[in-house]
Amino acid sequence: MTDQSALFEYLLRLGDNTLVLGHRVSEWCGHAPVLEEDIALANSALDLIGQTQMWLGLAGEVEGAGRSADDLAMLRDVWDFRNLLLVEQPNGDFGQTLMRQCLFDAFHLELLTDLTRASDDRIAAIAAKALKEVTYHLDRSSETVIGLSDGTEESHRRMQAALDLLWPYVGEMFTPDAVDNAMHAAGIAPDLTALRTRFDTRIDAILAEATLTKPDSTYAQSGGKTGFRHSEHLGHMLTQMQWLQRAYPGATW
Amino acid sequence: MTPDLPTIWHWLDEVPDPEIPVISVVDLGIVRDVAWQGDTLEVAVTPTYSGCPATSVIAMDIETALYDRGIRNVRIKTQIAPPWTTDWLSDKGRAKLADYGIAPPSPAGGPDTCPRCGGTHLTRISQFGSTPCKAHWRCDDCLEPFDYFKCI
Repeated sequence: MTDQSALFEYLLRLGDNTLVLGHRVSEWCGHAPVLEEDIALANSALDLIGQTQMWLGLAGEVEGAGRSADDLAMLRDVWDFRNLLLVEQPNGDFGQTLMRQCLFDAFHLELLTDLTRASDDRIAAIAAKALKEVTYHLDRSSETVIGLSDGTEESHRRMQAALDLLWPYVGEMFTPDAVDNAMHAAGIAPDLTALRTRFDTRIDAILAEATLTKPDSTYAQSGGKTGFRHSEHLGHMLTQMQWLQRAYPGATW
Repeated sequence: MTPDLPTIWHWLDEVPDPEIPVISVVDLGIVRDVAWQGDTLEVAVTPTYSGCPATSVIAMDIETALYDRGIRNVRIKTQIAPPWTTDWLSDKGRAKLADYGIAPPSPAGGPDTCPRCGGTHLTRISQFGSTPCKAHWRCDDCLEPFDYFKCI
């Protein structure tokens, strides 16, 4: 694998994570339990889609095949997506959505913090921009996870169930492969083992305050960021997200 | 005759933000640089939030305003580093925000006073508001809700 193709793959991972999660979160628009939460979810989704434009824009530039961020987002099929399995999981109830968000935000914040020191200035600049938004995302998702978990018996039960359901998707974020290693060697991506330690510190503190029990398993689902095997949910999501370009190829705004 | 840069900055200070029209794009701190490159005027603009839908409208408004002043060749350059911060809001912009009913950003993480009645008993309703750059608060003195410009 050349450095250039590893960089392209790595940028797709960054951009596909924010794209797929951004789309998932936007599915709440008009359906959230209260108006304020609806607005908060839509705003978080908007930040993530904005970050996607920057990551996939850069990916297209690095690829050099003339593909724009829109082309990459709307004209690839499911096997070409490089997002983590966690972010493509369905929204479930409001608590499950916020648990998914909190787990991703804690990872995202630590990742972006390291990427601000990347040897590639373009990546460092996007990371610095996104980090400000993601800091705010984690504030909100962690507060909400704590509030709901340490709430009523019913809300606690749902949050524990959400954590148990999503925990097997956490390991993939920290399992390095050839792309991660090449990017780490190039001074761009962080060492994922060190990142895991920081993630655990954060998440353990949040879960303790939330009165939740961290599942006693290190089993990790994999196949999202390599594109080897996505869960069945991503294809269904893309039929919605890419509907217009599939029905009317090449349509422009 | 080529207009000088202070004149151009003055013109840009008359371009309103499309979402909060009482302040200008210069007040907002998103115009980072203006420079002539030959006969083309290059304007560096930084987005407030990466997904802010007003960004493309702002670029168009700047081009239109300069075109109306007779500048034919304008290039808008998006510049994301260093990232935008509310520290770049002008003092004039902060005062106008408060007059308009939006509490200006405060490093304390929340508004100091209610922009309507000046009350100091304030409650955060939501971390997010009507645009990505605002949060939603309520004054417990006058009981009115208001927008707070998030400090980032």
